[in-house]
Amino acid sequence: MSIENNARDATMVGRRTDGTAIRRPLSPHMQVYDMFQITSGMSIAHRITGSIWAVGLLFLVWWLVAAASGPEAFATAQWFFSSFIGMLVLFGLSAVAWYHTLAGVRHLMWDAGYGYDIPTVHRTGRIVLIGTGVLTVLTWFIAIIAWA
Amino acid sequence: MSDKNVSIRLRSPLGRARGMGSAKQGSHHWWMQRVSSMALLPLMLWFVISVASLAGHSYADTILWIGHPFNATLLLLTIAIGFQHTASGLQVVLEDYVADEMSRTAYILVVKAACALFGVLAALAVLKIAV
Repeated sequence: MSIENNARDATMVGRRTDGTAIRRPLSPHMQVYDMFQITSGMSIAHRITGSIWAVGLLFLVWWLVAAASGPEAFATAQWFFSSFIGMLVLFGLSAVAWYHTLAGVRHLMWDAGYGYDIPTVHRTGRIVLIGTGVLTVLTWFIAIIAWA
Repeated sequence: MSDKNVSIRLRSPLGRARGMGSAKQGSHHWWMQRVSSMALLPLMLWFVISVASLAGHSYADTILWIGHPFNATLLLLTIAIGFQHTASGLQVVLEDYVADEMSRTAYILVVKAACALFGVLAALAVLKIAV
């Protein structure tokens, strides 16, 4: 086997007791590990929702710049946001925002040292998922009332 | 004996902590991600509810809302802390998944440049309306 030059791969190389080189197995093993447990699934979802919001911020920038540029530019932005695609984008972003916020609170709780036992992890996970649904519906309830 | 595998560290744990690792920043990046996330909690709550309440409102109403000193201040904070949080979050994602050091550094710098560019653009738009 080849010894890697890459510093990260180097940490994956070990030696047997007879001194011969061996590549250590990666963890988690992607063909065996269940990625869609509530624990791992929500962890990767936290990253994905954070990354989606990085793109979502561009819509915020567009909205603000359009408002600053004048009525015509603002009308174009409003036309997009009230179109079917635009509404879909906004709905998705609101759900993603609530998920990342609630899952973020869960992470802060872990950082403070609480809630590591498996029953609590599963319970807080379900709370985040249900909370995301409830707050997203509530957000659009407010939007529909404001629209009417 | 396989003592060729044992690396003897002469540095004490305290010395290693003071050296703060290869980046010389210790836990600063990790901590700033937590601080910005805590700051964003009330800001996002305010922002999402406010924008939802603005749905269907006219250009004049929207300008009036953005231009209000209270809203403009919170918008500027949301933009600054939001883009800071985004840049540091994307940096961690890139550090985890891009193995090659040169491309990893390049991607991180592009992300930071984009966050700076769009952050200033958004802030300038708010200031133009509010001032």
